[in-house]
Amino acid sequence: MGIDGIGARVPRKEDRRFLTGKGRYTDDMSVPGMKYAVFVRSPHAHATIAGIDATAAKAMPGVIDVLDGKQLLADGIGNLICGWMIHSKDGTPMKMGAWRPLADRTVRYVGDAVAIVVADSVAEARDAAEAVVVDYDLLPVVTDPVQAIADGQPQLHPEASNNLIFDWELGDAAAVDQALAAAAHVTELKIFNNRLSPNPMEPRATLGIYDAGDDHYTCYTTSQNPHVARLVMSAFYNVAPENKLRVIAPDVGGGFGSKIFIYPEEIVCLWASKRTGVPVKWTCDRTEAFLTDAHGRDHVSTVKMAFDAGNRITALKVDTIANLGAYMSLFSSCVPTYLYATLLSGQYDIPAIHANVRTVYTNTAPVDAYRGAGRPEATYLLERTMETAARELGISPAELRRTNFIRSFPHQTPVIMNYDAGDYETSLNAAMAAADWNGFAARKAEAEGRGMKRGIGMSCYIEACGLAPSAAAGSLGAGVGLWESAEVKVNMVGTIEVMTGSHSHGQGHETTFAQLVADRLGVPIDSINIVHGDTDKVQMGMGTYGSRSGAVGMSALAKALDKVEAKAKKIAAHLMEADESDVVIEDGVLKVAGTDKSVPWFQMALAAYTAHNLPQGLEPGLKESAFYDPANFTFPAGCYICEVEVDPETGRTKVVQFVAADDFGNIINPMIVEGQVHGGIAQGIGQALLEGVHYDDSGQLLTASYMDYAMPRADDLPSFKVSTSNTPCPSNPLGVKGCGEAGAIGSPPALINAITDAIGNNALTMPATPEKVWAAAQAAN
Amino acid sequence: MAKITMTVNGRQVSGVCDDRTLLVHFIRENLGLTGTHVGCDTSQCGACVVHMDGQSVKSCSILAAQAAGSSITTIEGLAQNGELHPVQAAFKAHHGLQCGFCTPGMVMTALDMIRRHGSDLDEATVRAELEGNICRCTGYHNIVKAILAAAHEMGGVRQAAE
Repeated sequence: MGIDGIGARVPRKEDRRFLTGKGRYTDDMSVPGMKYAVFVRSPHAHATIAGIDATAAKAMPGVIDVLDGKQLLADGIGNLICGWMIHSKDGTPMKMGAWRPLADRTVRYVGDAVAIVVADSVAEARDAAEAVVVDYDLLPVVTDPVQAIADGQPQLHPEASNNLIFDWELGDAAAVDQALAAAAHVTELKIFNNRLSPNPMEPRATLGIYDAGDDHYTCYTTSQNPHVARLVMSAFYNVAPENKLRVIAPDVGGGFGSKIFIYPEEIVCLWASKRTGVPVKWTCDRTEAFLTDAHGRDHVSTVKMAFDAGNRITALKVDTIANLGAYMSLFSSCVPTYLYATLLSGQYDIPAIHANVRTVYTNTAPVDAYRGAGRPEATYLLERTMETAARELGISPAELRRTNFIRSFPHQTPVIMNYDAGDYETSLNAAMAAADWNGFAARKAEAEGRGMKRGIGMSCYIEACGLAPSAAAGSLGAGVGLWESAEVKVNMVGTIEVMTGSHSHGQGHETTFAQLVADRLGVPIDSINIVHGDTDKVQMGMGTYGSRSGAVGMSALAKALDKVEAKAKKIAAHLMEADESDVVIEDGVLKVAGTDKSVPWFQMALAAYTAHNLPQGLEPGLKESAFYDPANFTFPAGCYICEVEVDPETGRTKVVQFVAADDFGNIINPMIVEGQVHGGIAQGIGQALLEGVHYDDSGQLLTASYMDYAMPRADDLPSFKVSTSNTPCPSNPLGVKGCGEAGAIGSPPALINAITDAIGNNALTMPATPEKVWAAAQAAN
Repeated sequence: MAKITMTVNGRQVSGVCDDRTLLVHFIRENLGLTGTHVGCDTSQCGACVVHMDGQSVKSCSILAAQAAGSSITTIEGLAQNGELHPVQAAFKAHHGLQCGFCTPGMVMTALDMIRRHGSDLDEATVRAELEGNICRCTGYHNIVKAILAAAHEMGGVRQAAE
């Protein structure tokens, strides 16, 4: 390993611009003639639109135009779609209701966009938006997913009777029922997974620029996957053909899933730019973000876990209702199905699993992937159940997990996934040692002396990352392939530009991808630039989500580097009059092994472009590209332990210790990996302790600002103890697994297991607010 | 409309803006200094923190007109002669930033904190005083480390007795 190579704690190349205020986020973009957009949004959760009168608004100072859904429809702009087809168990396809970018007849949640106002300033656009008169006829509202699928409830979409989108199953129901009947013990639980708002600190924004001269569109947007945005806007929304649409996702201030999806605003701003003849910029405010960014989670489940007399799990039965909100967002259907039920085996050897999932429309914001996406829901359900079972069976939670760990690989689960590598006991042991598990009893006794209730809880998670083998994803309903592409351009004097389809919005790709190049070619890391986020610069890409950039994006880069290396060796061998098989690359120099012959990297690059002396038939230049389609998912796993103190007088929970022991396979930059784990844990603690999206019965969002939605702040959290072990992933050339989501997946059950341990009452739902914890503690007394 | 003059990062600047214009929008739109960010609309997130006459303020909670005549320092004004300020350098060394969006406000708050507390700065104080700055990426772990390291580097923290 070189100082900048794989495994080194290289400080980030991108930090300087962020630290000096030179980051370039979408709202920072400014172009000549640019005007500002504000959206008119429905204040009602369910209503028909009887009419829209924008006469007064159009006459207000600075207003360029006000455009509505009827005009959008007349111009042929299409509906938003969900790109992953799920079939119900009766064979019928999912029931996708129409989602108009601007509602023309019916609004279905508070925040549904109705019209766009374009004006000289944001303030003038906002004033005018308030003057647009929309005549609503109110309809009855349903926000609760369990209620929504009952008879006689308000209906959101004519396609979906009883608001049921699909009723899907995975696994062998008969085998599970048989095992449950024969079980020595069955643990049963009802599990709620609370609804969350992703809240990247940069609100969504978009700048739509129509160039009438070339009939060409440019879209700056806060996207995790600009090529996917271009594909969807071209193929489904009729904004423009791909060759007439450039999508640029510049610096993006966090995503956590919420910036995967294509929202109405990008589409409408591009269209409005053509209609008005001016570039149109829209920047979300935080309340709009709470209203309209896709939410996450929101599951209600029942679970039954069967054990034999030796405490081995014999079966798992899960029934889940997942709230998808008012419309099906881009990947909403795969989150509670193939990203959820396929992980229900956890780290355990379970012979039979059956999951039934019903997804439901309600008059709430669309729900889609949020950090972890399905896997946190699976892990929370499984690890709450394991902890409960251990208490019921009277054995230690660690012992129950050890008894059931999968210990040989590859391991085929009953729910599609084939785990390729792992060592769960090592993570468990590391976490228990770091947490001083054996010293807990003494700490508990000491806390009792101070009148505090101390508890400890663990969680052993697994996730499937590196999304995803395209053929496998396609067979499960994906509308796209999930490969990644990379291009390596060696410039004439040897500096290197890498164009990657992965997108960095905090993950540090400009550093880690450069580390891989430095490691392979031995060139200084400062001579390498990583280019991403622009469909005009990057050949193709599927973007960043599902912890896929290392396993898939960097694997594509590794393949492209193979080709660069091979051609560089050919050129160097020719220059040195040696056999190319004898050429090695060391520290930026091409050498003939065992001799003193060498050619510096830059000289080889120059020779590639002067083309005065190349091997017969070799093309000039040195630029190679590759597409990489993963052979399998990757399976990061680990053990998290949380220790809490609950004040029985107030119900306030203090996280006094949080330990993470992860197996991410090989690691490119440990500093960045630790940062990803820290951030994930903070979001997981947020889910377990603080955060929750709440609608009232009329569909008004009660948690629409940072005054109402409890974001984790620095004084809510401890410093974390994190460590890693390594079973290299055999399914990609780098042996990496992915680390972006683990923290958010593994932490919530550890925390709730700790609190329920402290208070002696297992009946507790997330977020475990002081009020709920106090009540649960009182009930236990 | 108001014509406003103030000193920003050591340079006198003027601009004409709506009376209702917030300082953050004056800085971003009129002056083109886009390092100062807007992350919320309730003065909670702290992405817009700047220094006004030597004190940290949330520039979303003050009108540009109220800042007339004052001396403002934004994130763009910290690094001198191409050298990162010790607080900026500590954030880089300790990986105290990921997406970078909250970072300018974090750095400005941290600098104010270090100036006020000097040798008394400890982890609990840093965490308590970061209450007004929200980060969604880092879990604060490395931000806290970076601030303590910067305080130490700037000579504000007494060496531990041991």
